[in-house]
Amino acid sequence: MSTDTDTPVAQPDSFVFTDENRQLADTIIARYPEGRQASAVLPLLDLAQRQHDGWLPRVAMDHVADVLGMAPIRVYEVATFYTMFNLRPVGKHHVQVCTNLPCWLRGSDKVMHACKKTLGIEVGETTADGQFTLSEVECLGACVNAPMIQVNDDYYEDLDADSTAKVLTDLREGRQPKKGSQTGRTSSEPAGGLTSLMTVGGEDA
Amino acid sequence: MLKDQDRIFTNIYGLHDAFLEGARARGDWDNTKDLVAKGRETIIDQVKASGLRGRGGAGFGTGMKWSFMPKDSSGRPHYLVINADEGEPGTCKDREILRHEPHKLIEGALLASVGIGAHAAYCYVRGEFYHEAMALQRAVDECYAAGLIGPDACGTGYAFDFYVHRGAGAYICGEESALIESLEGRKGQPRLKPPFPANVGLYGCPTTVNNVESIAVVPAILRRGGAWFAGLGRPNNTGVKLFNISGHVNNPCTVEEEMSIPLKELIEKHAGGVTGGWDNLLAIIPGGSSVPALPKSICDTVLMDFDSLKDVRSGLGTAAIIVMDKSTDIVRAITRLSAFYKHESCGQCTPCREGTGWLYRVMERMSEGRATIEEIDLLEEVTRQIEGHTICALGDAAAWPIQGLIRHFRPAIEEKIAARQKSAERAA
Repeated sequence: MSTDTDTPVAQPDSFVFTDENRQLADTIIARYPEGRQASAVLPLLDLAQRQHDGWLPRVAMDHVADVLGMAPIRVYEVATFYTMFNLRPVGKHHVQVCTNLPCWLRGSDKVMHACKKTLGIEVGETTADGQFTLSEVECLGACVNAPMIQVNDDYYEDLDADSTAKVLTDLREGRQPKKGSQTGRTSSEPAGGLTSLMTVGGEDA
Repeated sequence: MLKDQDRIFTNIYGLHDAFLEGARARGDWDNTKDLVAKGRETIIDQVKASGLRGRGGAGFGTGMKWSFMPKDSSGRPHYLVINADEGEPGTCKDREILRHEPHKLIEGALLASVGIGAHAAYCYVRGEFYHEAMALQRAVDECYAAGLIGPDACGTGYAFDFYVHRGAGAYICGEESALIESLEGRKGQPRLKPPFPANVGLYGCPTTVNNVESIAVVPAILRRGGAWFAGLGRPNNTGVKLFNISGHVNNPCTVEEEMSIPLKELIEKHAGGVTGGWDNLLAIIPGGSSVPALPKSICDTVLMDFDSLKDVRSGLGTAAIIVMDKSTDIVRAITRLSAFYKHESCGQCTPCREGTGWLYRVMERMSEGRATIEEIDLLEEVTRQIEGHTICALGDAAAWPIQGLIRHFRPAIEEKIAARQKSAERAA
């Protein structure tokens, strides 16, 4: 939960959804029954965060409360409960390193070390140029492709120290690294070759 | 070994087209109209006959759960809620269904909804699975465009809507009543039961919450018959199952296998064996982080199913197998899980909120040997005070890994304490 309240954050004066996002918000709200629009609070906070460089200032929460007809406190308590909402600014690339057991068993300590070394920051810090924030996170649900990191919406899997450094260097230099496995696996199939599904599968992609 | 023709998830690795055309080529949406026409009773009967037990961890009979939905709800709508908040460490099976087999999930949701009298399903996908949620949404859009779902699903006259809802990073929302709270726009804090969701669930209406995998196998069960599914595995532990094999194996992978496959066979056939060979095995957590670890002596013979793992005081859970070889500091490993439960406690119940932090702090000391031998029993005692004393099972989930550690690996803790004492004496 992003609840580091030790140092105050410079808050913007106002926030409103762009016209495009406002339309998207209405589409989202329509997924829930009449009078149940509070259900849209998570997707709308996500939308607001995407619009506001990856973090949620107070005025964005207030705007979401306003759009959904919720008391602002109800939105604040949601925003502070869920880890994906950042209540203070984050870098352009939010690097989230899973260190939970399946990743740890396969070398997440080395991945974490490579992140710190490549970026020159510790967990919880942002690089001086505002490019990267480093976080340690809980299981991201890609355990058979461990160790892995998430950067913004993308997973980078089957990492070691070198491939971690390469992914981060690519991002820093404006190149989009290959998403997913860094060792050439398609997804969660065994690296040594298929042990099932050799005889079925349907049309090739 | 399970034959390919008995596998349900034939595109689990995403080697083929995951979307409508490819899905149809694999048999999805084939004459779904006839399956819908079977009606509520027949669908529930077939799922009961299949012996399908919930794939999310608790293993409750899926057909039985559906039968709890009221017959007459005096105008209140029924809801199907699909739990795709996959976050139990070790578990990454639903992810593959969401991104590679989304049509099995949507078709299953339609059929399950007929079974429980629902006309709308919400699929709650963990927020971090952004691309998975997008893949599912794309498949949903395809289904609406093709008339497979919507006001006249598959030309049956049955109205059915499917909505994708993304979470925002809270493990506790995988607990069904916390998930409902979250879906209603609140903090994910579990509800006291009763009332159960079948009577008072989403928006106060009758609701069934099922795991992704439970729903996605339903079309195959209805097409091939409950007896086909029940003929795989063992009685009370039927069917096929997705297993995730992570940790110290040569080839970590996800694989669909027959329920009740021996653990050793599963790892050797599909994951390339334990690193350094089977004799290099220290311990396995067989069902996701919440279930107690098992020492090699049990892993030698145990079967991967509900009853077999229960008999050895562990559990099938989500069937996420975390393998640890002899290089593992098992006390450190379990301490990492304690940190996880402390982080994920929702803070509602005192035994869990305070207890998970206490467990973590003591485990942290034990992993460095900064403890006394007597404290091992105290630690065990405190886990018993948390277990069963909270609204939801997160307290239990925090307690069980430590209980398993003490049960099977007590000497590892004692060695650390002794080593620390010895070095302190030397220093003195």
